[in-house]
Amino acid sequence: MSANTLTRPTETRESLPTRRKAKFYGIDKRPGWLTYSLLGVFFLSSAYPLWWSFVMGSRDNTAFGSTWPPLLPGGNFWKNVGEVFDTVPFWLALGNSVLISSIITISVITFSTLAGYAFAKLRFKGRDGLMVFVIATMAIPTQLGIIPLFMVMRTLGWTGEIGAVIIPTLVTAFGVFFMRQYLIDVIPDELLEAARMDGANMISTFWHVAVPAARPAMAILGLFTFMTAWTDFLWPLIVLNAGNPTLQTALSQLQSARYVDYSIVLAGAIMATIPLLLLFIVAGKQLISGIMQGAVKG
Amino acid sequence: MTSTLNRPPVENSSPGTPRTTAKAPISLKHRLSAFDHKASPYFYVAPFFILFAIVGLFPLIYTFVVSLYEWHTLKGQGDFVGLANFTAVLGDRYFWNSLFNTVSIFFLSTIPQLIAAVIIAAVLDQNLRAKTFWRMSILLPYVVTPVAVAMIFSNVFGENYGLINNILVSFGIDPIMWQNETLPSHIAIATMVNWRWTGYNALILLAAMQSVPRDIHESAALDGAGATRRFFSITLPSIRPTMIFVIITATIGGLQIFTEPRLFDPVTAGGSQRQFQTTVLYLWEMAFFRQNFGKASAIAWLLFLLIVIFGLINFLLSRSIATAEGRGAKARSQRRLLRMRQRQARDGVRAGTAASVLSETVPVPGPADSPEPSASTEEGSTR
Repeated sequence: MSANTLTRPTETRESLPTRRKAKFYGIDKRPGWLTYSLLGVFFLSSAYPLWWSFVMGSRDNTAFGSTWPPLLPGGNFWKNVGEVFDTVPFWLALGNSVLISSIITISVITFSTLAGYAFAKLRFKGRDGLMVFVIATMAIPTQLGIIPLFMVMRTLGWTGEIGAVIIPTLVTAFGVFFMRQYLIDVIPDELLEAARMDGANMISTFWHVAVPAARPAMAILGLFTFMTAWTDFLWPLIVLNAGNPTLQTALSQLQSARYVDYSIVLAGAIMATIPLLLLFIVAGKQLISGIMQGAVKG
Repeated sequence: MTSTLNRPPVENSSPGTPRTTAKAPISLKHRLSAFDHKASPYFYVAPFFILFAIVGLFPLIYTFVVSLYEWHTLKGQGDFVGLANFTAVLGDRYFWNSLFNTVSIFFLSTIPQLIAAVIIAAVLDQNLRAKTFWRMSILLPYVVTPVAVAMIFSNVFGENYGLINNILVSFGIDPIMWQNETLPSHIAIATMVNWRWTGYNALILLAAMQSVPRDIHESAALDGAGATRRFFSITLPSIRPTMIFVIITATIGGLQIFTEPRLFDPVTAGGSQRQFQTTVLYLWEMAFFRQNFGKASAIAWLLFLLIVIFGLINFLLSRSIATAEGRGAKARSQRRLLRMRQRQARDGVRAGTAASVLSETVPVPGPADSPEPSASTEEGSTR
């Protein structure tokens, strides 16, 4: 298709009606080198800081003294990574982060799909009022309630436990809103009516009609919830201790050690980026379409 | 609970049930079914509201209660002091300093970011080769966590051996004191935020650009508008609501910035002279270093009010702008569509069919029918 649009107008330029010409020359025209060099600049500014960190993380401290940054990695990466493992409980932190983010993701998906389905497709008293409440709470910075949350966790003796990180984010107003917006268009009312006629009860209708229809949105919501839980820093920093950290708080210990070796810090930053980088390579397309759909729907 | 509701209909519907005994269960079944229909929605939304009340709403409200007491982090609740914590905070120059830093970093990160995101989105909104690759490349920083971003850029902006200062020195320029001076430190922190979020916002704006009906672009091109003209007269006005959405999200997040300034100088809480201490960082210091929960709660509530006020202003602004703009844009696009239809009528059937064959984004009804379908299918198209 792309080749066609490029070649066709040159052949029959004279004979084409004005309308077609405008189409080919105006909107669908292949962009020139300027566009691609701009894109190259964007790509470099995205990727270079990461590459630089990897290069520096694979050398030793002396590399920071050179005026021009070295372009190729040295041979010290695994040695530095070993130092990271000696300084912080990396694998424990990684396991904690995976566990915390997974539980939060499953919980948010489950409760958001249930509530989103009810708001989108079921009729009940007070529905619109409750929905307005959900939308209003989306804009409320619940993060600012950390002081009472901390007091509660301390009273319960949960500080230092990963449960204390999980519980405050088991539900999000955004998740409910997102699922509602998706399901309201995607499930035809006739289908629900038919299920009801066939004698299906509410929960089996939910299970057999709503959940299959909601699956794409559930994947996107899950991806974003996982990312948010994974990157959270303030609350784990407050409620966990250095002995039982998440990946983010463990990493920050590298930075705040008494004698900071920056090549080790950067090797740690790279190690911590790898899990999400893998996720990005696998699910990057979904992430992009999720962001773009959210923009159109939200 | 729901599982007990499940079962009866399934059992009743089994064909083996004798008629005589079925009579009583049927009425029971109906009653259960009616209850099922009435109550189920509440069971579905209840987990969200209950959990949200416990972990979201209660802490926020209880923060206000704490702020009314003298409350030491370890010793616990003290005397009731009324609004004394609030007056103390409002008279605290460190609080105003933190507010200044927060707002300064917020502006330094939001405005350049928005401009860059619009430019990137406009570049991406073309008939590109390897479209997915370019989109992924600008989203790459988003998967680097803020902690890692802060660690990387703390080194890039290092004062002695940082990447940027090394290069500056090699050109014979004086190194910049990225951490010790106020404005450079704000720029450094804003850069961390910008690096991570610009691509993300560019994709949101790109989606908005692509949902502009193609008909409008086509007829504008026919009227002789070049790409630049079309960008300023069509694209920019139509993405304005999305831009405001981006600004609102940036506001809520930006006023709570913590990770980047916390890790930019891990030894102090926001710089040796608090030159980049943000409000949440000050709150954190107040609660967990100065052990004053009462005052920290007052800070939390003041910040909360500030965010709500910012949000309301944004909302009201966006509503008035969006409606005014929407009306203008709609009128313009209506005029364009009308002109296009007239032209099509003149050209007759031939041009009409040619158009519907050529344009991949507009489904069967053809371009003259309505702008909506093209907007919704734009997502999957190859533009």
